[in-house]
Amino acid sequence: MSITTTSTETNSSQKRFTLGASKMSGNYAARKRKSQIMEGILFLAILLALTPLALILFEVIRRGASAMNIEFLTSVQNISLIREGGGYLNGLVGTLYMVAIASIIAVPLGVATATYVVEYSDSKLVPFIQFFTDVMTGVPSIFVGLFIYTILVQGGGGFSTLAGGLALSLLMIPIIARASEEVIRLVPDDLRNAAYGLGARRWQVVMQIVLPTAGSGLITASMLAVARAAGETAPLLLTALGAFKIVPELLGSPQAALPLIIFNEARGPFEPAHARAWAGALELMLLVLLLTLIARAIGRKTEAAI
Amino acid sequence: MMPNPNSFNNGNLAVEARNMHVYYGNFRAVKDISLKVKRNAITAFIGPSGCGKSTVLRSFNRMNDLVTTARVEGEILYHGNNIYDNDVDPVEIRRRIGMVFQKPNPFPKSIYENVAWGARINGYKGDMDELVESSLRQAALWDEVKDKLNESGYSLSGGQQQRLCIARTVAVKPDIILMDEPTSALDPVATLRIEELIQDLKEKYTIIIVTHNMQQAARASDYTAFFNMDRDRAGYLVEYDRTPDIFTTPQNELTEQYITGRFG
Amino acid sequence: MPRTLFDRDLQALQNQILQLGSEVEENLITAVTTLQQFDARTARMLIHADEDINAARIKIGLDALTLIATQQPFAGDMRRIAAIIEIVGELERIHDYVKGIAKISLMLQETPINPALLRDFSPMAEKSREMLHNSLTAFAERDAALARQIPPEDDVVDELYNQIYLQLLQAIMQKPEMVEQVNTLSWALHNLERAADRVINICEWVVYMVEGVYREMDSELEAPPFVGR
Repeated sequence: MSITTTSTETNSSQKRFTLGASKMSGNYAARKRKSQIMEGILFLAILLALTPLALILFEVIRRGASAMNIEFLTSVQNISLIREGGGYLNGLVGTLYMVAIASIIAVPLGVATATYVVEYSDSKLVPFIQFFTDVMTGVPSIFVGLFIYTILVQGGGGFSTLAGGLALSLLMIPIIARASEEVIRLVPDDLRNAAYGLGARRWQVVMQIVLPTAGSGLITASMLAVARAAGETAPLLLTALGAFKIVPELLGSPQAALPLIIFNEARGPFEPAHARAWAGALELMLLVLLLTLIARAIGRKTEAAI
Repeated sequence: MMPNPNSFNNGNLAVEARNMHVYYGNFRAVKDISLKVKRNAITAFIGPSGCGKSTVLRSFNRMNDLVTTARVEGEILYHGNNIYDNDVDPVEIRRRIGMVFQKPNPFPKSIYENVAWGARINGYKGDMDELVESSLRQAALWDEVKDKLNESGYSLSGGQQQRLCIARTVAVKPDIILMDEPTSALDPVATLRIEELIQDLKEKYTIIIVTHNMQQAARASDYTAFFNMDRDRAGYLVEYDRTPDIFTTPQNELTEQYITGRFG
Repeated sequence: MPRTLFDRDLQALQNQILQLGSEVEENLITAVTTLQQFDARTARMLIHADEDINAARIKIGLDALTLIATQQPFAGDMRRIAAIIEIVGELERIHDYVKGIAKISLMLQETPINPALLRDFSPMAEKSREMLHNSLTAFAERDAALARQIPPEDDVVDELYNQIYLQLLQAIMQKPEMVEQVNTLSWALHNLERAADRVINICEWVVYMVEGVYREMDSELEAPPFVGR
């Protein structure tokens, strides 16, 4: 009974479908063309955006590579801007030193801020904190240098590694906080619910489930800030000042930094200094690339352990 | 013959809602629920989408507290005490009344750690290896994972992940296990395995399961509660009875329409 | 929200039952007429018709099982299908009694029996048919009240049974040489009585279908005194 009726219905509906498909074929060609045109426009836009970036990369590599050599990587700065020779080792060490200090301060504070904003979203402080981080992200970096200069350098500390590191950390905190916030938000609520459902307290959920899950994303967020800090010049002008030798002291002595030296040497009219500045730019770029790769590797390793 | 829900008393009662209303802000999501749940039995909550069955389930272990706007009126009695009294710690309630969720949600940890974590944060001091093994055995997962306890929980199939989540819940040694559509993300074979597993679990635990799948409620539960929502979109309890009675001779016309697929 | 496909299939099953039922009703009356008129040709037709009835019963039963497997009916739908399966079985068995009566009328061909003895078979068959008809109406209309009214009417059938049975006993006493024929005829009487009992089962399933409660509905007299049950 029912079987016969059902099968006839299926047949007729199949017929209707085939009919419809042949009718649509004219539209289909037009739609396909439209889609191809849109795809072409998008591709051009990407090309336009990437061109300057590619040119910068190309230029830095072209000019930097010709001045880059073992001596450049292993010697400290040549005091003379006119003479050839010498390298930026003091700047490299200074940059790594100050970025390390800045990271030690900024990563915990930034992640903590982000964690508070996401996990304690019922707190009335949250909108205020979010507004404040937004404003801090927008503060010109020279102001940050000026701030440290006023309270630390003029306040009796003088130019120092610590002053430079603090200035960089102030720049990094809002970046890390903002980026980490997004990352922590990505942790599925399912996991939080699962943990709460097992009778976990909020701090246990945050410390043992949310943050480990967000781990690799938090590393990426921090690296974003490190890359930014490593390339900063302005806040260091008023805090680290610069030095011609390797400075191991945390306090009491001005510190060198790669961007500072590049800035100084590129400013003058002298060709040997210009060449070194290009090599320094390449070195800085490679440094950031290297740090990013290391961070990625760490991130992947922690993910693999999971 | 199973006792009728009206006859549940202190001897076989696991948890009871009394005139419970749940609000999200000004919206009343659930109104006037009174329901006794029998110990060591499987109780299914069925009803159309938005009828508040999950909300009711979540109020049994105060998971609704995690939603800032949620508010519960009325009482939920567990061992004679209202779990919404001011001096009750919701965390303590969730340790006694565990939960398994719709989507399998193992932690991004090893299989072993997934099971051990809940017990550890609850201060378990015994032999952890033993607990992990017995929990995985109760969840009918041990034989499949015993050689890869250190692998990620995510390396398992969906059905295995859900059983891992059950093992994780069992490891905390709860009284009651709440399951919120635990098989809706699983294929039919994995679904049947979970249903079989639930039958074994009721020997030791009381199980309340929310399901969209009427056949599942019919197959796997002892008691069925049918919820519906009224014109204000507030969920209410329509009928609650032994599962065989609900599915052969429902007393309420709405229940009949719903389970025969002629609802709305 | 209707379930168009399912409802249509259920309706089709119900129609098949009703059609089968009216054939059984008709054949019940025909069988008794055949008996009274010693009509061998019609008797053979009835015996032959039983095969069709059996085939129809199996088809309805299998269709019902297919509906269970494909539509997973619950509650009222499930009870309706259960009733269909049970009722079709009862109809088939009632028709077995019809076939039995037809066979008996063949057996009685050679030595015709006193027509007076056969007279009261007609009201009994008519009453049984009426009960069957009403029970199928109750099924089609889902009318539990009607279904409840039918079983007490079995008392009428039982009284007719006792009355005819007494007549048969007297006939044997008057003409002991007719014992074999009369005894054969008493089987036909017994078949008629059993057919009416089957109708009570149908009524029980109709009440279950409508109300979800199955209760035996045998009349107070239970079985007729002469029939050991």
